[in-house]
Amino acid sequence: MTDFGFSLSKSSVVDIDRTDTALYRRLCELDRTAASCMSCGSCSATCTASSYSGMSLRKVLHGLQRGEDVRPMLRCCMLCGKCTMVCPRGINTRHVLLTIAKIYD
Amino acid sequence: MIDRIPSGFNPFVIPFLFGMAFVLGYCLFGAVRILLQLPREDRKKLYLSLITPTTIYKNIRDIFCDCLLHVRLWKRNPVLGYMHSSIAFGWFMLIVLGHVEVLLFVPHRINLFYYPIFFNYFVAEANQTLRGAFMFFLMDLFLLLVMSGIAIAMIKRVRSRIVGMRKTTRHSLINLIGMYSLWAIFPLRLLAECFTAHISGGSFLTIPGNWVFRSILGNDLNLLPTWWAYSIVLCIFMCVLPFSRYMHIPAEMMLIPLRNAGLKVRDSRKGFARVQVMSCPNCGVCLDACPMSVSRADVRDCTVYLMRQMRAGNERRIKEISEKCLLCGKCEAVCQEGVEGPKLRLLERAKTEYRLSPDYSDIYVAAPSGKVLYFSGCMSQLTPSVGRSVESVMRKAGVDFDWMDREGGICCGRPMFTAGRLEEARGMVRRNEELILASGADTLVVSCPICFKMFREEYSLPGVRVVHYLEYFDELIAEGRLTLEKSELCYVYHDPCELGRGSGIYDQPRRLLGRAAAIAEAPKARAESVCCGGSLGSLTLDFARREKMTRASLENLYASHADAIATACPLCLATFGRYSDRPVRDVAEIIDQQTKGNNIEL
Ligand code: SF4
Ligand code: SF4
Ligand code: SF4
Ligand code: SF4
Ligand code: SF4
Repeated sequence: MTDFGFSLSKSSVVDIDRTDTALYRRLCELDRTAASCMSCGSCSATCTASSYSGMSLRKVLHGLQRGEDVRPMLRCCMLCGKCTMVCPRGINTRHVLLTIAKIYD
Repeated sequence: MIDRIPSGFNPFVIPFLFGMAFVLGYCLFGAVRILLQLPREDRKKLYLSLITPTTIYKNIRDIFCDCLLHVRLWKRNPVLGYMHSSIAFGWFMLIVLGHVEVLLFVPHRINLFYYPIFFNYFVAEANQTLRGAFMFFLMDLFLLLVMSGIAIAMIKRVRSRIVGMRKTTRHSLINLIGMYSLWAIFPLRLLAECFTAHISGGSFLTIPGNWVFRSILGNDLNLLPTWWAYSIVLCIFMCVLPFSRYMHIPAEMMLIPLRNAGLKVRDSRKGFARVQVMSCPNCGVCLDACPMSVSRADVRDCTVYLMRQMRAGNERRIKEISEKCLLCGKCEAVCQEGVEGPKLRLLERAKTEYRLSPDYSDIYVAAPSGKVLYFSGCMSQLTPSVGRSVESVMRKAGVDFDWMDREGGICCGRPMFTAGRLEEARGMVRRNEELILASGADTLVVSCPICFKMFREEYSLPGVRVVHYLEYFDELIAEGRLTLEKSELCYVYHDPCELGRGSGIYDQPRRLLGRAAAIAEAPKARAESVCCGGSLGSLTLDFARREKMTRASLENLYASHADAIATACPLCLATFGRYSDRPVRDVAEIIDQQTKGNNIEL
């Protein structure tokens, strides 16, 4: 086949019946504020680690809700706390991140 | 003065002897256990310090000044200082003078342990000697001193505000038993000596007391029971001592040599830490100091309660208290025992296990180069004016430098470090060390106090001088490379925790600001400065509670009546900026604005 330099993108359909959201539910149990994220993206805009890994708390929370593997992103978080400073929902993001690091296996 | 009881013994001394034996045995056993818990090199250091003349002198001086006279507490709160020192010093003198009396009048009894304590019971006045009268006068005087201290303690229990404390600690049953028995010891002693004064002699308290009682009661039937009561109360006090806050009395004797030997806390529960926990008398000074005390719900997470929970071994609460604290360091700064609350919490946090570990080895950061590097830190990206101002001032002074994280860099690691993830923080430290050392720099200018403390304490950067821009600008001005114009505004300077208490930088910012504007001082400044509430030290404090702290901290600054607030920490700047009713500026911004040939708008 001719290589056009691009390909079909992966389907981003999320099959809720098939995703494993146990981790997300466990996270929300341990830190209820995680559930109040409104995906505004403020944390993505400021994240120190984002330019190195595409990391942001917003993406991590999305990933957990979709049952995706978010470890490569989480590994780059420096716990710097900038996301805490900007989150309009007042989420204690560092606590959320530490909690994820505690429960992830 | 002659011996009245030929055998030199009466059964009422037995409770006292029992209590004394118990408390001495307990302390000896505890001391040996703690010595064994110390790491070998620390133990060696301690033994060495015990035979070094300078530390011997220091130990004696500190035991005298801290345990007996409470000099540091006097400076902080004279009423509390008087209360503690009158009880401690007065009691000490009663014991010492008791021994002197025995030596002077009945020297053959000095081998009897209880004699100095119950001296008045065992002697009879033979003839009026000046020596006896003088000793009795001293004894009454010190007894009066102790009782005045006890009276203040009683008042403090009822109304803590009278002694200048907003909050006082709540006590457990065992502490209450200890406290009431301590309160009872001295009135009972006075009573017993009053009843005996017509036999043994007495002075200005005991002789009139004796007249009054004998004229009312007309007999001596109360004499022996009162001595019994005195001895029993002493016994109760000594038996509950190891399990109450009064354990601080013997523990301090061990804490002082450990501190003067320069030992560091290595384990949050064992060795030195254990001595610190035991040495806390629950005085509650750290309660009023702690920024968390503005919320009722958080008062119970102050250091005094950490000490208590550590004694009680309540793991759930220890964890909760350890994670909540802002690590602002104020409790440590005000504690006259030198209890390292933040340090203990950090060690406690390090025990949490995480299943996911970060890895920063793949992160690519452009390599800096130059003699002078500037590291603005990640927090400054939220307050970009700080970085821009530092850059502008350095350009104006003609400094040739490289802003190493202008386009973003690796965090200094301190937020990770204060979360107790020390190894993970090392990962960042190593990367930054490599970058800085490879750049060939000899000076690293930092604008964030959080990074500053980390670079200074946890990095190994041979040949590189780490300075906060405050120090650096101060030097630039001294060298004549910067000239400032004075502005009309009056600023109050907020000491950021990590810069003030954390790194001891108090004068340079005031000197710098004083050149650029008028300055006013807040009531609580320098080492007493109140954390802005934004600290990354806390892992669990939520937004609403932080807001309360920020507002309380702002109130302290408003009290100076300054037009604007100045600080030197990007985190404080952002935190205050949220709620302040007047402008908040970083010192760098002010300096930049007031340097000649510049009219950048704020
Ligand atoms: S704490 Fe982690 S997720 Fe939040 S901004 Fe910093 S690096 Fe990004
Ligand atoms: S800033 Fe807060 S609310 Fe917005 S996406 Fe991030 S975590 Fe969610
Ligand atoms: S920690 Fe220090 S200041 Fe706090 S109660 Fe104990 S001795 Fe007092
Ligand atoms: S470090 Fe600060 S916040 Fe933590 S207990 Fe001490 S005074 Fe309170
Ligand atoms: S933000 Fe500033 S004042 Fe607040 S804890 Fe940090 S360094 Fe201290």
